[in-house]
This record gives sequence, structure tokens and C-alpha cells, in this order.
Amino acid sequence: MAAWGRRGVWRRVRQCGAGRPGPGPAALPRRQSAVACNARGEAVPAGKSGLAPWIPVVGLEIHAQISSNSKLFSGSQVQFAAPPNSLVSFFDASLPGTLPVLNRRCVEAAVMTGLALNCSINKKSLFDRKHYFYADLPAGYQITQQRVPIAVNGSLSYSFCIDNKMSQMVTKTVRIKQIQLEQDSGKSLHDDTRCQTLVDLNRAGVGLMEVVMEPDMCCGEEAAAAVRELQLILQTLGSSQAVMAEGQLRVDANVSVHHPGEPYGVRTEVKNINSIRFLAKAVDYEIQRQIEELENGGTILNETRAFDSKLGCTVPMRDKEGKQDYRFMPEPNLPPLILYDAKSLPANMNHQQVINIDWIHERLPDLPSVKREKLVEQYGILPEHSFTLLNEDGLAEFFESVVKQTQMKPKKVIGWILNDLLSYLKQHSLTVKESPVSSFLLADLLNLLEKKEISSTAAKQVLAELWKGEGRTPLEIVKEQKLELLQDQKELEQICEAVIDGQENE
Amino acid sequence: AALKALLRSQVSAALKEGRVTPTELCQRCLALIKSTKFLNAYITVAEETALKQAEESEERYKRGQPLGILDGIPVAVKDNFNTAGIETTCASNMLKGYISPYNATVVQKLLDHGAVLLGKTNLDEFAMGSGSTDGVFGPVRNPWSYSKQYKEKSVSKSHSEDEESNWVITGGSSGGSAAAVSSFTCFAALGSDTGGSTRNPAAHCGVVGLKPTYGLISRHGLIPLVNSMDVPGILTRCVDDAAVLLGSLAGHDPKDSTTIQDDFKPFELPNLTDVSKLSIGIPKEYHAPGLSSEILALWSKAADLFKNAGAKVVEVSLPHTCYSIVCYHVLCTAEVASNMARFDGLEYGHRSDMKDSTESMYAATRREGFNDVVRGRILSGNYFLLKQNYEKYFVKAQKVRRLIANDFVKVFRSGVDILLTPTTLSDAAPYTEFIQEDNRTRSAQDDILTQAANMAGLPAINVPTALSERGLPVGLQFIGRSFQEKQLLTVAKWFEKQVQFPVIQLEEVKRHESGVFQHQKSASSS
Repeated sequence: MAAWGRRGVWRRVRQCGAGRPGPGPAALPRRQSAVACNARGEAVPAGKSGLAPWIPVVGLEIHAQISSNSKLFSGSQVQFAAPPNSLVSFFDASLPGTLPVLNRRCVEAAVMTGLALNCSINKKSLFDRKHYFYADLPAGYQITQQRVPIAVNGSLSYSFCIDNKMSQMVTKTVRIKQIQLEQDSGKSLHDDTRCQTLVDLNRAGVGLMEVVMEPDMCCGEEAAAAVRELQLILQTLGSSQAVMAEGQLRVDANVSVHHPGEPYGVRTEVKNINSIRFLAKAVDYEIQRQIEELENGGTILNETRAFDSKLGCTVPMRDKEGKQDYRFMPEPNLPPLILYDAKSLPANMNHQQVINIDWIHERLPDLPSVKREKLVEQYGILPEHSFTLLNEDGLAEFFESVVKQTQMKPKKVIGWILNDLLSYLKQHSLTVKESPVSSFLLADLLNLLEKKEISSTAAKQVLAELWKGEGRTPLEIVKEQKLELLQDQKELEQICEAVIDGQENE
Repeated sequence: AALKALLRSQVSAALKEGRVTPTELCQRCLALIKSTKFLNAYITVAEETALKQAEESEERYKRGQPLGILDGIPVAVKDNFNTAGIETTCASNMLKGYISPYNATVVQKLLDHGAVLLGKTNLDEFAMGSGSTDGVFGPVRNPWSYSKQYKEKSVSKSHSEDEESNWVITGGSSGGSAAAVSSFTCFAALGSDTGGSTRNPAAHCGVVGLKPTYGLISRHGLIPLVNSMDVPGILTRCVDDAAVLLGSLAGHDPKDSTTIQDDFKPFELPNLTDVSKLSIGIPKEYHAPGLSSEILALWSKAADLFKNAGAKVVEVSLPHTCYSIVCYHVLCTAEVASNMARFDGLEYGHRSDMKDSTESMYAATRREGFNDVVRGRILSGNYFLLKQNYEKYFVKAQKVRRLIANDFVKVFRSGVDILLTPTTLSDAAPYTEFIQEDNRTRSAQDDILTQAANMAGLPAINVPTALSERGLPVGLQFIGRSFQEKQLLTVAKWFEKQVQFPVIQLEEVKRHESGVFQHQKSASSS
């Protein structure tokens, strides 16, 4: 019953607030369009409907493009959206006689990532060839790490809120099976009208880290939260830019459902997911689809499905060549990848030639979880606020900068940051960097408020002016619009008297 | 100066002293290549670039700044090494017309040392074979087929028999390179050696064939057969010349991660006078089935030679050698299947006109591009790599390979310095006889004495030893310790001096091109 306790249980009859799947394909009548995820991970007994509950199981395979100047095994530059086939070395095009030469930076990025995900780093890892014929795989095989990957047995903790309520944060852990280094493929562009396939090899050979997450998740929301946390970690480390829209982070989800006490069901692999939001949708849709399929007496095929973001559903993918046997083989042109730690480091070894795991460990930046803790501790803000601060690139820095420049308490500053700044930026689809109001101006404004020179209402008015980005300071706006609070007792009395007099005269 | 001269001891001095110019040398080689065209040793002759390189070399000599011993020396390269601007075909339809944009590291090194690249030599398709008979450009003919020595000995055969059918094969797969060196069209040539492909044709063509230690010479730019066993091979007329070539080619290459990190110091070979401190091992397993009595006799004569000179000669055992053929078959075909996957007609090479689908284009391209031998190896290799077979075949073969390598380690640890073995089971077979059997059977037989050195990555050299009863060359093989090329070549050089292998007397060429040849003949007999 171990699995029972850890996993959420789904039942067809409960409604889930977020992540309502879109309309399904016509062939699949949808009696209930949504199911609930019990994010607390508690067992939910069979409901009144009498149906046995379903336990969904979700595992993820994530490909993160390594942020590096050159490719994994060649000197070609790595760059997004360069002219087609402009970044292709002889090796990338698999010209006969060319050999792979491992890129040190890519190894370091994988070690950093492995350490950040609490993995044990293999001091000796191996490269293998994985064979399949595809137009954008020029060598006919991909160099990967099938037998002994660079990092294994890690874990990733991630948090999310239940029912969209910020106050109910739940933290979970997913086990990381392994991280392996491998080559990216090129891109095939199919021109259906002319019956042609065009191949762009710019991406061929770019370094990837494949992060394999164990099936410890049970719904789209969990999968999305885990990937989001991984994304933040990669970006913090700089090991990958991890922008999903640019394909630097690609997520495949393995989904199955089973009844409690029974073995895992047949799983499907969902591909073609290109945003975190769609990941949640795709997983939830697939879980729902499988449950309905099974309850209607159908069976689940072990197949690859693609998520159609327009229709909001998953559809079977045409298999490349039926069932594949990848005919794995050791890559004979690359010696085993040997890493060292302080203990095993040979005395008179050229430092350019070796990678020291301990050296990398000591230089790891603060990970998001640590940063959040520090924010909570240092500024007394709520944990959920620390999540929001880190979720937006540059927001935590903005917040800290404002705090430094103002006398206002951080607890109060956070409200302005999250309620005013962030919602404005979101409304206008702006990044923190693009904010028309700098941290300096906001601090200025908050100082006026803190010194009680203006009221909170007036401060909002000033902020509204500041968004226009006309270069005026808060104080100038206050003066122009006469928004100052009156601090002078006598002046206030005079005004009051004048008002009363006016009344009397009427 | 003559084309028959030895590179290190004679030609380089002649060039330095101005007795011959690089251009003259190059022109004479080119002329001889033309007159020996019937040997089919070359696939591509790069006349224009060769003459240009010779001219540049001449300039350097004029300035008194030659780049070294190799400056101005005409060389040939097996057609599975990439050469920028010169076609690289691997004797396959798949790469016919393919011009590589880069030079293999070994080719670049030769050019950097001032060598003149005459052309690309013939081979079995993708180096898969032991006869140099299975390439798309036809078989290579052994120059010894046209030697006075062979003609005299084969008179017993009826004169009525068509002379055409008497010619013998070069061995392979570097048969073009061996024939080129043997027929004096170049002073040295590059081959490749995966299971004996340099040593085997060297033995049949009466030249020195060196397979260096795996990792000593870069494979970058060598179109692979079996990456974990391939080594660029060196074919020369004497052991000293092989050392010169080795000196210019060896060392770390950042483009090949399997090359050794340490710097390689080129060496000159000493004239060994005392062999009494040497321990020569005679592996009993090399007394293989099919070993001709003639070669067996020669082998023991060689052992006696060492014994009589005071060396310790001991019988040793390499018990796993007998498994090397079957082990090689699995490992070779598996890597072949993988390496050949890139030839899909998309990026380069042959592409079929078949346009039904990408898959059908792949299939047709590969069917049209590869011969039966290559396709057969791809098929068996893919079979061995299937998930359900991998443990049973590939992993097991790797384990056997380790055992074979360990055999050598044990023998060398016991105090043996060098192993002495035959290189081939017999002298070269007539072409008509050779093609009676299929490539796989032939390769399995022919590689039997050479393959284990590739499995273990050890350096090995063929030294031409004597002529057989038929008047054809027979060679013996020395196998040394890893990276102990200097010791290996020093012993080989001593042996070479003792046996005084005869110079080939090319009758046919004399008849075809009497002018050039007579000049050389007189020089060589001096």
C-alpha cells in the first residue's frame, strides 16, 4: 500500500478547479469533462458512485538544452533562430571520418545540475550510440548515455498551492532517476504541398541533459510544479536557459492509471508539450482519457501521443517506424568520461584536463529553495510570496532593491510589489526588466507614503501616473496634482473653518 | 637517384644534394603510375596538385629550408583517408565522386612535412576484405605477378595457359598502397589496419607494413571500419623508412579523443649488433590450420636466426587467439552496422532516385551504394546489436576480446620482448583461385594471424623475409608491447638486415615502359 499513501487518487466524479481539459476528440464522448486531483496525496475512498478509484501515475522525461557556446561534440556555435544550416560543422553533418570531441562546458553543466538535484555524480560514465534512421539525425545514431549516465539517484522538491489558494502550499518530492548527456537532433521541416522535407542541422549535436523523473507525480498540476521548479534551478545555475518556447526545455510525460493495490497500468507517452501550462493540461487530459477508456471497457495502448494545444487533447502520433529497437552500442570514439573529486584528483594533473566535482559543488549558487528561505527569513514575508518573487525573472531582485531604498517595512513593500507592480506587468505582458517604473521610483513613492506625505489612495494615483513613464518623479507628480497630505495643524484648521463657513453661508 | 632507392638513406640525401629535384621525382613517379596502370593500384591520381606540391618543395630546397626528410617525397594514401579537394571513394559506389572538405590528420601531417601526395590507392570496398579484389574499381594486381622472379618459377605451368589468369592478388584491404610501394610508384604509402589490412598486403607484396599501437596515430579523417581497432598503417620499402613515417604521423590529436595525451618523440633506429639480451616469443597457436609448410619452415628458420645470434627464443601460448576470428566477426560487423548508418543519401554520397518516401529512398540508396559484402556485414551487425542478442553476442565478444588482450599482457609480463609469427598462411593466391571463395570465408582465413594484435591494440610489423617456391614474397610478423614501437622496429630492422629480401625485378613494366625502367634498374643494382 506504499504507493497508495503517496499518490493522489482520482475519481471521475469530482470536479477540479483548475486545468479543465478542453473538448476531446469526437470519438470519445465525455461524460465528465474533468476530474479532481487530490493534491494532499491522501487516499480517497471509493465514492458514492461505487466505482473503484483510479490512481494516476505520472513520470517525466525532460530534455534541457545546455547553455553553452558550442555543441556537445563539436566546435559549432549554439544559437537559436540562426539562418538554417549556418551552424554546422563537418562532425554535425556526420561527414565520414569525423570524430566526437567532448565539450568540457557541457560536462560541467551536467555536473552542476546533478549536484543541484541531489544526485550522486558518477566518477566514470560512458557514452553509447542509439540507432534510428531519421532525416534530422545525420549519423543514423544519437550519442547518449544509456548504460552509465553522468548523474543518478537524485530528488527534486517542489511546491504548489491547492485549489489556487495561496495560503495552502504543499511541498512534494520527486525522485530523479538519472541525468544523461546526449546530442540534440536537427530539425525536419515538412513541406506538404511540395512533398518535401527540409532539414536544418543547426540544432544537430547541441548538448542536452535528459533528466528522468520517476513516476512520483499524480496530476498535471504536480507535473507542472515540478517542471517549473526544475526550470528555475536550471536558470539559476545557468546550465540551461530552459525557455520552453524556444525548445530549450522539452517535456515528455509518461502517464498511466490503475486501481489501488493493482500493478501500474499500461502507460502512454505524451509529447509535443511546449509550455508548462500545456503540460498540466496534457497530463490531466490524458489521465481523464485513460480512465474513460478503461471504464468504457477499452484498453490503453503503449503508444506515443501528441498534445494538440489548440484542441486541448492528446492524439496518437504516427510511429516513426513501428516498434524501434535502438541497437545500443558503446561509442567507440569516446573514452569513458572520468570525473574527479578532491580525494581522487591526481597530484600533477593538468587542471585543464580534469573536472573536479568538489570544486563545482563549492561554487554552486543559492538554489531557488534556499533563496526563498532567505527571503522569508530576512524580510519576514510569507512563504507563498517568496514563490511568487522567484517565479518572475528579476522580481526578487526588484523587491530587494526597493526594500534597500525605502524605510517601509518589507512586509508592506511586498504588497506593492505583488499587487500593484506584478499585476500591472502581467496585464501589459511585460517582464520585470521592462517595467516603466524602476525600483528607485517605486522606493521613492513608498517613502512618500511611509513619511505620511501622501495617503495610500494618493500613492496609487501617483503610481498610475508613473506607469506612463514620462520621467517625472513621484514628488513632482504629487506636487502637480496637489496630493500631499496636510500635516500642518493650523492650516488644516483654517481649511476646516473655511468649509464650515461656506456651509453656514449657504 | 632512382625510384627504387630507400627514402631515408638514399632519396633524402639525393634531394638535399640536388642530385634530383622534387619535381623530377614526382614526374617520374607519375610516369611510372601511368605505365603500371594495369596494376590498378590507384583509384585517383592527383597529378596537378602533386606537381604543385613538388614545385613548392623544390622552392624550399632552393632556399635551403626543406621541412625534413619527407620534403619532396612522393607518397600515396589509401582511398579511405579524407583528402581535401581530392576524391575519397572507399572504392564504393556510395562515395564515388565524393570530395571531402578536409584532410585527415595523417594526410595533413604528411603535407605539413612537405610530402608530395600522388594519389589515392585502391582497396576493398570500405576496407572490408583481404584481397583488394572487392572494390567497385576492380581488383588490384600484385606487382610480383609481373616480376622476373615469379615468371621464372611459374614456368612449370603450361605456356599455353593464358598469362592473364596467372596474376596474383595483393592481399588487402590496403592492396593498392602495398602495390604502389612495391612497384616503385611511391616511396611510402598509408594504409589502414583493422584486422591485418596493412600487414597482409605488405606480406604479399614484399614491403614493410607497420600497424602502430592503437591510439598512437590519429584516426581523424580515416573513414572507419571498426573504430576500436582501426589504426592508420604505414607501408614502406624498409624498416628505417617506416620509422620516418611514424615519426611524422604519431602523437596526440585533439580531434581524436582516443589518441594518447603524451607527446611522441620521433626516433632513429639504432643498428642492433647484439641481440643476446632479447627474448623472442614464438606463440604456438600461430601454428594455425592451413599454414603452408613453406612458411612454417621460414618461421622456424627465423627463430633459429635469433637463437643463433644469442637471443632467447621461447615458445609461448596465447590460448584465446583461436577465438579471435569469431569474436572479431561480431565486433566488426556491429561497428560496421553502426558506422555505415550515416550513408543515407541525404548529406553526401550516392542518393537513389527513388522518391516514394524517405524510407524507400534510404533503402534504395543503400542497396545501390553498398556491395554485398558491406550489406552482409551491416545485416549481421544489426542482428548482433538487437536487444535480445546484445548480451549473447556483443557483450560476450567484448569479454573474449579482453581475454585475448590479457593473453598478450601475460606473455609480455613473463619477460618476452617481441613475438615472432608468420603474417600470412601462404603466399599470394592467383586471382582466379582467390575469388572461388566468398569474402567472409577469405577474410576469416586471411586475418587469422594478424587480427589478435588489433584486438589487443598492439604494434605489429610485417617484414618481407624471402621468396616462396613460386617466386612470391613471404613475410614474417613481429608483435611488440604497447607503445614500444622503437624496440619493435629496432628488432625488425636487425632481422631485415639478416634476411636480405630480394628487390623485385619488374619484367612487365620494363616491356611497357623500357626507357624509365631501365634507368631505374641500373641504379638499383648499384
